[in-house]
Amino acid sequence: MYDITVIGAGITGTFIARELSKYDLSILLLDKENDVANGTTKANSAIVHAGYDATEGTLKAKFNVKGNEMYDGICKDLDVPFKRIGSLVTAFNDEEMETIQCLYQRGITNGVPDMKILDKEEVLQMEGNLKESIKGALFAKTAGIVGPWELAIALAENAVENGVELQLNSAVTAIDKTGEGYRVSAGEKTYETKLVINAAGVYADQIDQMVNEKTFEILPNRGEYNLFDKSVGDMVNTVVFGCPSSAGKGTVILPTVHGNLLLGPTADPIDNKEDTRTTFAGLTSINDHAKDTLKKIGFQDVITSFSGIRAKVATKDFIIEKAEGKEDFINVAGIDSPGLTAAPAIAEYVVEMVRESASALDMTLTEKEHFNPKRTPSIHFMDLSTEDQKKLIEKDPRFGRIICRCEYITEGEIVDVIRRKAGATTLDGVKRRARPGSGRCQGGFCAPRVMEIIARELDVDMKDVLKDGKGSYVLTERTK
Amino acid sequence: MLNYEIVVIGGGPAGLAAAIEAKKNGAKEILVLERDLELGGILQQCIHNGFGLHVFKEELTGPEYAERFIQELKDMGIEYKLDTMVLEVSDEKMITAMNREEGILNIRAKAVILSMGCRERTRGAIRIPGTRPAGVMTAGTAQRFVNMEGYMTGKRVLILGSGDIGLIMARRLTLEGAEVLGVSELMPFSGGLNRNIVQCLEDFDIPLYLQHTVVDIEGKDRVEAVTIAKVDERYKPIKGTEKRFECDTLLLSVGLIPENELSKSAGIELDNITAGPRVNEAMETSVEGIFACGNVVHVHDLVDWVTEESRKAGKNAARYVSGELKNTASKISVQGVNGVRYVVPQEIRPENLRGKTEFMMRVDAVYQNVKLVAKSGEEILKSVKRRHVAPGEMENLVLDFGEMDPKSIKNLTIELVQEEGA
Repeated sequence: MYDITVIGAGITGTFIARELSKYDLSILLLDKENDVANGTTKANSAIVHAGYDATEGTLKAKFNVKGNEMYDGICKDLDVPFKRIGSLVTAFNDEEMETIQCLYQRGITNGVPDMKILDKEEVLQMEGNLKESIKGALFAKTAGIVGPWELAIALAENAVENGVELQLNSAVTAIDKTGEGYRVSAGEKTYETKLVINAAGVYADQIDQMVNEKTFEILPNRGEYNLFDKSVGDMVNTVVFGCPSSAGKGTVILPTVHGNLLLGPTADPIDNKEDTRTTFAGLTSINDHAKDTLKKIGFQDVITSFSGIRAKVATKDFIIEKAEGKEDFINVAGIDSPGLTAAPAIAEYVVEMVRESASALDMTLTEKEHFNPKRTPSIHFMDLSTEDQKKLIEKDPRFGRIICRCEYITEGEIVDVIRRKAGATTLDGVKRRARPGSGRCQGGFCAPRVMEIIARELDVDMKDVLKDGKGSYVLTERTK
Repeated sequence: MLNYEIVVIGGGPAGLAAAIEAKKNGAKEILVLERDLELGGILQQCIHNGFGLHVFKEELTGPEYAERFIQELKDMGIEYKLDTMVLEVSDEKMITAMNREEGILNIRAKAVILSMGCRERTRGAIRIPGTRPAGVMTAGTAQRFVNMEGYMTGKRVLILGSGDIGLIMARRLTLEGAEVLGVSELMPFSGGLNRNIVQCLEDFDIPLYLQHTVVDIEGKDRVEAVTIAKVDERYKPIKGTEKRFECDTLLLSVGLIPENELSKSAGIELDNITAGPRVNEAMETSVEGIFACGNVVHVHDLVDWVTEESRKAGKNAARYVSGELKNTASKISVQGVNGVRYVVPQEIRPENLRGKTEFMMRVDAVYQNVKLVAKSGEEILKSVKRRHVAPGEMENLVLDFGEMDPKSIKNLTIELVQEEGA
């Protein structure tokens, strides 16, 4: 019998599981995919928002500002790339200037620090590649960029280090009420648990309805992106938002923590929660935005396009509440933007909800004596000093062999991310953790070699090494 | 710190030929650095034949062609390091490299020859909409899986782009039992060699859809279907012309890009059209003493031409080391105009021109009955007839500077002229 079962190992679920792992509890973290962070967490804008955007008084407003403040400490503890580079909301006409005034006022109400309305000269001084027709912008110093899947992976790893049990390939198919809690059927197994926390992202409504009356519905909404080569990564220095309008929240142009340029997203309601395709129309629309905003941009530098699915709900606010009349079922749903930013604050809030329910469920939240908040730092070989590089190769020659030519990733780094807790088992899993294949050749050269390493480390046949999700086989059979 | 006269970066066909030729021309301490586990480069996965018709006057497979050079290199006692990645080349010809056994290597060279080859253009670079499942890969990656690792990459295959590797793989996968449903080419002509169209597609009844591109990829985890459509003259898909293929694989053969990250680190000037270093008649780049040859300079159609070009680079690197190569102030620019996309070399120095000099070029479209005309200003230096030229096949033109006073040459241009009455 587990005390708590968290369904969904995206950014929300991993934050909650890791926060709960500070206590003497038995915790199970389930995910339907073969890796953590394999849904919305792997395909979003990767922005830590300042917090002027959310409507006053909403959970989004509350947790955005609080979550933002928590980012420095968490990313330091977990050795996750995070840069507080600030954001701009651009205004190209008088109407947009009014809008950014409103955003500024809302930011004040929401408690966002260090905002400023910039005039044309100030904006251009900060972002020299914006069109001269810019009128002004709202600058928010506290906005930042993060590696979203790196963060969720780090949280999962740290949670497992602190005793959480992670079960992948475990799609929840049924949740049945028992005398002491629930029986959760997932994958081929069943798990008894006192409390369920539903952090299932776009599937949160289906999970909820396995035991509860329908109170909300997830309205999947797709966002498409273009990712550019590092050679144009310095096109902007801050997160540059287009001005929100009735037409939408505005497209964003930003550098990523790894130095690429990211452009997107679109916002299209879709029916199928797995429909992560990109479209000609969608990619064209974000490209057009970039052309309208920047002096010059070349689309030959696009290295990949992708899309992610937002878990929107009709109320447009986060749903973080116990299921009606239940102490032992907590929904954490509708976590669309600014969900990534809010997640650490949401996790703390959920732990308080658990604490309230604890006595009724015969649980006590005792802090662990030996909770380890830190994760063993991952090695980024090329960032080391030459002296340290030499020492490392002497200790482990695998760091002397470059596998990914574009990003200069060594065999040592790849082996490390496979061997860690909640480690990589697929090509894309290795790519999300150590970055081989995320450069300009997109794995053309290194994919076969990374597959060999995975096969060797996990002792499986090359043929059984997947690209990403179940069924994403790369090789079919031996040649004749 | 290691010291060499010449360091060759890349042990593929270009690097091998350059190193051997440098040795033959008197260079003594030569080091070849290769990032893969063996010498030979991409030739090692090109197990089909058709190599060496010009250089050896016989038809060899890729590995056979490579082996001749590897053997010669070894026989000559030229040093090489495998599994060794070059991290940086400075304009002072200082090289930082790394491998498992020796760790970080700092090497000083008197001359450097860049022969890193090229990489394949990816899906992102051509922006194909749809899902991102397994089963979409470049033709060269598939070639490595099939020919080197011994694994098939799919059973029902569509190929986008009619570059040579795509055509070769159409035949290879067919012979291995896969069903190749067709090749879709954006342009009204193939980017590959005509002999490959005939031998790899026509002989196997594989349809070539010219002026078609991929408009959708379906499948969440693995490719399930690919839709192509005809494009208009501005390459925009035409509605209503879609053809949907149920398949598990989409191979991309949509172009090769010279791999010049190291050249950039050395501050070498690159050509906008070739995407490789601008070179002079000695295959020397804009940085004195750094030479370049093969696909890192411009993408070749045949390895035989890579070999010839690389011999030139190797010989001149040796001459540079011995002080024979003159670096003069007077330079003549060479330009492709009127249908000639580019010419290599992009620059010539009259003092170094002795006798015959070869210029390599590609044209921008298919033409029949044309003349390749080299001009100095308005003066015609040479004119040669070509019955048929195409972007997929390189053209060459030889100018004999022994017959003329090189100092009288103004800017050199090479262009296509339609033959009268044709």
